[in-house]
Amino acid sequence: MDKTLNNKAWFLVLPVLVLVAFSAVIPLMTVVNYSVNDTFGNNEFFWAGLEWFEEMVTSDRLHGALGRQVIFSAIILAIEVPLGIYIALNMPKSGFWASFCLVLMALPLLIPFNVVGTIWQIFGRVDIGLLGHTLAAFGIDYNYTNDPMDAWITVIVMDVWHWTSLVSLLCYAGLQSIPQAYYQAAKIDQATRWAVFRYIELPKMQGVLLIAVLLRFMDSFMIYTEPFVVTGGGPGNSTTFLSIDLVKMAVGQFDLGPAAAFSIMYFLVILLVSWVFYTVMTNLDKAEGK
Amino acid sequence: MMRVKPSAFVMGIYLLFLLVPIYWLVNMSFKTNAEILGSFTLFPNDLTLRNYVIILTDPSWYMGYVNSLIYVVMNTVISITVALPAAYAFSRYSFMGDKHLFFWLLTNRMSPPAVFALPFFQLYSSVGLFDTHIAVALAHCLFNVPLAVWILEGFMRGVPKEIDETAYIDGYGFWRFFVKIFMPLIASGIGVAAFFCFMFSWVELLLSRTLTSVNAKPIAATMTRTVSASGMDWGVLAAAGVLTIIPGALVIYFVRNYIAKGFALGRV
Repeated sequence: MDKTLNNKAWFLVLPVLVLVAFSAVIPLMTVVNYSVNDTFGNNEFFWAGLEWFEEMVTSDRLHGALGRQVIFSAIILAIEVPLGIYIALNMPKSGFWASFCLVLMALPLLIPFNVVGTIWQIFGRVDIGLLGHTLAAFGIDYNYTNDPMDAWITVIVMDVWHWTSLVSLLCYAGLQSIPQAYYQAAKIDQATRWAVFRYIELPKMQGVLLIAVLLRFMDSFMIYTEPFVVTGGGPGNSTTFLSIDLVKMAVGQFDLGPAAAFSIMYFLVILLVSWVFYTVMTNLDKAEGK
Repeated sequence: MMRVKPSAFVMGIYLLFLLVPIYWLVNMSFKTNAEILGSFTLFPNDLTLRNYVIILTDPSWYMGYVNSLIYVVMNTVISITVALPAAYAFSRYSFMGDKHLFFWLLTNRMSPPAVFALPFFQLYSSVGLFDTHIAVALAHCLFNVPLAVWILEGFMRGVPKEIDETAYIDGYGFWRFFVKIFMPLIASGIGVAAFFCFMFSWVELLLSRTLTSVNAKPIAATMTRTVSASGMDWGVLAAAGVLTIIPGALVIYFVRNYIAKGFALGRV
């Protein structure tokens, strides 16, 4: 849609601007302030320059958390995106069962994050949880509080459980918008199932898939509550992701300077990725002539 | 023998995978602690409502729900109110810096709450808002206002511009047109945006826990303290968990056809 040029529209945006400035810009400036100052308490601050940044960039702790975070996000995307597409392709197209599946699939998305953690914490326990108990009955040595590998598997399965439906729902919405004529044309051409997927369904899902990947990447990149409830970042540091480490540093140990420098770098990564996605997204919109 | 379609089989397995952990929580919430710890049963043998009674009669428990509901509703109202005119501006006009502003809003949806937890705590403490409902409501605006703007903009794009022009020619002023004509047209969009604001505020824990201590403590934070001197009260924990799922489960039916659009930030 072509839009009229009207700078007075700024007045309509003003309330949002003020509100978000209050809840985003002021806190962010506080963080910037901490990141370049050092304090010995009593609200006395000393200029520290880039000292904290240098410390954080070279710290093993940050590298460890960042490494785990990247591996975690990569695994999550590698599982959830293909699985989500596969589920979306298998969903009923219309009628009662379609609604039925939609409602049930959306259920995990609406559970408070810490309850998701609680559900899996209970579910995986060997003494009282169905999963832990069943695995133990098969003689599999599974204990997510002691074994880093088991902790990782639990956290990943939990995330797949929690968020795969999101990818499916988005893909499903994309699939619904494909006109029936496309499929009929493919049938006349005797296209294989794979060809239909590759040349009709996948291109049509491009836009929604992009959003799904963006949301899953971002949300997994800032995951905090679920692994915190299940494993508390442990055993040891094995499931300590960026957010968990950051909260530990800022609220637990009150290391304001390093935590702030950490935050800024964290935020810049997010900003960069958001920007890449946004650019691709708007270009797609333009290409489709929306 | 009845033939089962492969797709139905796949969906069956997947839904089972989704529902079994939830079932286990519901199952546990109806058991006594002795049964939970003592024996391993797929159904509650000794069906009890004790866990729910504890929650619904103890103010320190049920006030958690009330607190959560208060700040969630406040946040939803604030978010939608400020997002409506802004979304209209984005969908109808181009103005200086509009693209940058729209992108900046997106980055707020994407920014990790962990980055903001400590500054929020200090900001709200210094203005005397710590441990009030409005503090949490305002903090959640960080991600809900951008979300609401994006979703509403998506819905507003679908309304033809001719309607606006006709209304202006008919002598409607902006606000009268907006409230009387435009808002009813995108009623479903407002509903969906409100649902998503409600939901994301409801499921968030990190900020709401950081910004409250007693008076406005959300249910999610109350739950983290079921570890008492006498050990873990698993039954009550499970019952509290089940009660937090219910609000989402109730409204999900009404937005089922729009849920993808909401998650896609209005871009489907």
